[in-house]
Amino acid sequence: MAKVLFEGVSKRFGDVAAVDQLDLEIADGELLVLLGPSGCGKTTALRMVAGLEEVSDGSLSIGDDVVNDVDPKDRDVAMVFQSYALYPHMTVARNIEFPLRQQRMDAAERTAKVAEAAGTLGLGELLDRKPGQLSGGQRQRVALARAIVRDPKVFLMDEPLSNLDAKLRVQTRADIVSLQRRLGTTTIYVTHDQVEAMTMGHRIAVMQGGKLQQVAPPEELYERPANTFVAAFLGSPGMNLLEAERVGDKLITPAGEINVPEHLSAVLDGPVTLGIRPEGLHLSTSGLAGTILLVEMLGAETQVHCSLEGGATVVVRQGHDAQRPTLGDPVVVGVDAAALHAFGPDGTRVAGT
Amino acid sequence: MRSLAVRRRREWALAYALVIPALVIFAVFTFYPFIQNFKLALYQNPPYPGLPSHFVGLSQVTSTLTSTSFLQSLESTFEFVLLVVPIGLFGGLMLALAAHKKLKGMAIYQVIFSSTVVSSVAVAAVVFGTLMDPVVGLLPWLGLNPHPAILSNPTWALPAVAVIAIWQFLGLSFIIMTAGLQSMPEEVLEAARLDGARAPTMFFRVTIPLLSPTIFFGLVIGTIYAFQSFGQIDILIGPQNAAFTHTNVLLYYVYTALSVQNNPGLAAVLSIVLFVILLSVTLLQFRFLERRVHYASN
Repeated sequence: MAKVLFEGVSKRFGDVAAVDQLDLEIADGELLVLLGPSGCGKTTALRMVAGLEEVSDGSLSIGDDVVNDVDPKDRDVAMVFQSYALYPHMTVARNIEFPLRQQRMDAAERTAKVAEAAGTLGLGELLDRKPGQLSGGQRQRVALARAIVRDPKVFLMDEPLSNLDAKLRVQTRADIVSLQRRLGTTTIYVTHDQVEAMTMGHRIAVMQGGKLQQVAPPEELYERPANTFVAAFLGSPGMNLLEAERVGDKLITPAGEINVPEHLSAVLDGPVTLGIRPEGLHLSTSGLAGTILLVEMLGAETQVHCSLEGGATVVVRQGHDAQRPTLGDPVVVGVDAAALHAFGPDGTRVAGT
Repeated sequence: MRSLAVRRRREWALAYALVIPALVIFAVFTFYPFIQNFKLALYQNPPYPGLPSHFVGLSQVTSTLTSTSFLQSLESTFEFVLLVVPIGLFGGLMLALAAHKKLKGMAIYQVIFSSTVVSSVAVAAVVFGTLMDPVVGLLPWLGLNPHPAILSNPTWALPAVAVIAIWQFLGLSFIIMTAGLQSMPEEVLEAARLDGARAPTMFFRVTIPLLSPTIFFGLVIGTIYAFQSFGQIDILIGPQNAAFTHTNVLLYYVYTALSVQNNPGLAAVLSIVLFVILLSVTLLQFRFLERRVHYASN
């Protein structure tokens, strides 16, 4: 077990910086989720920790050692791949045993450790099978068993759930979390799925374009996004963004006016990007004018997409029992002004909010 | 409903119409000669051309199979195949591993390594024939001068011809192995590196097993290629050569039986033997080796 430390770490492929000046500390025993859209550099960051990509710039440490030039086999990290990357020609037992064999561990100890790891993941019955004879979920568990069996300093997980069906994904998500909490092994978990990120991580690091956008615990990330990217990326759907301008005690938008709420009144001036979660909006009689674009009924809630006057589109979250509007109807969207977020012209959160 | 049936019948008619030309060509040039060959094997030809051949039944088959020249030919054939296939496959694999690097300019090496597959047998034979020449060749230049000269030396003629076949097979072997390496699941290799595997373990426990379907395919293709080598022997050795009896592989024996000895019956028996050997070797490979092949599955 160990902490992992990125200090100004960059990875360049030719002229493209896949990871740009990343500063991030993952505490001993923490489960940190690297979250971002595809191509944001999260997998590259993970692969640098594994040693599968060279660090172009900066310093990467595991524990107290800088590992920039350490071979993957000497880093004592275990990785779970999206494709599971099991050895197709070996039985489940041999797959799990493989890292132990490389350590020249003696046979009796190996067998005991394999049995223990297999037991933890409920693979006892499958030890003699080949990966080709297993279901996706079972292969995934073999990959996890192979990772935990040697008790590494760090677990690296690269979208390990994305090849599973939705139901199994929820189950395995919970299993990985409880496994990680029990073993207390430092874990870096890469995903583009924000639900996974929100439910699994002690903290979440959101990346975009190779740059770290924000790193915070899930609640803080949701409640106080550092910029418009994080605001719009988290939540399903993400935060609604509206261009507005403060004039006196009003926020003027093309679709109507909103009273400046108390928590923003001291810090806002001139043009501003307002952020509001779908649950902070409701269909009302006073507020912003628009028309109904799309009504999505999801069971417990309904998401109403509205096109506001002036071109912006917002999503309103309605409870189960609310009256569902009709497509194309004119509508007035009410804003819970206390729930407003404010972002400056450069997209970062207005200081003091 | 009726129109559907009509349409289906029309489709069938069209399908047959498209297949028939190919079938006719195969029938005339492959199936008919194939069957005729079995008939030929049952007739013996008199030693002088123009006289009628007569039916001898299986006696020509048994006498051929027990003859010294056949057994000698069989031995040379297997020796040749056992030289060409393993060395060709191993060499191709080594070249493929060497060129399987993400380095600039690697494409040039890939072209060079695979080029032997497009060079003609005649060109290769002449080039190597020159290299092995006792006067202007490579060996006298190195100060070595075996006597008799390599290509007429009973001990060295067959290996020398095998060298050319290996060289030519290397290109194909390289292409096959490269294709195998490129389709190998990268993440499995990365997992092995992270699991602490050292280079020899990586190679023998991970790369080779993952590559086994490719190696198996190369083995089948290479075996067929080696059994059918002909040009190198014809160009560099030929029936007048002192070392001829040691390089008279089965396919070449078929040719000399027909065009030098004017003996279609003998040639027919020999070609049936070659056919049976190739068929059984391939079936054996599929039957026994394929079980040891690991097909990656997702």
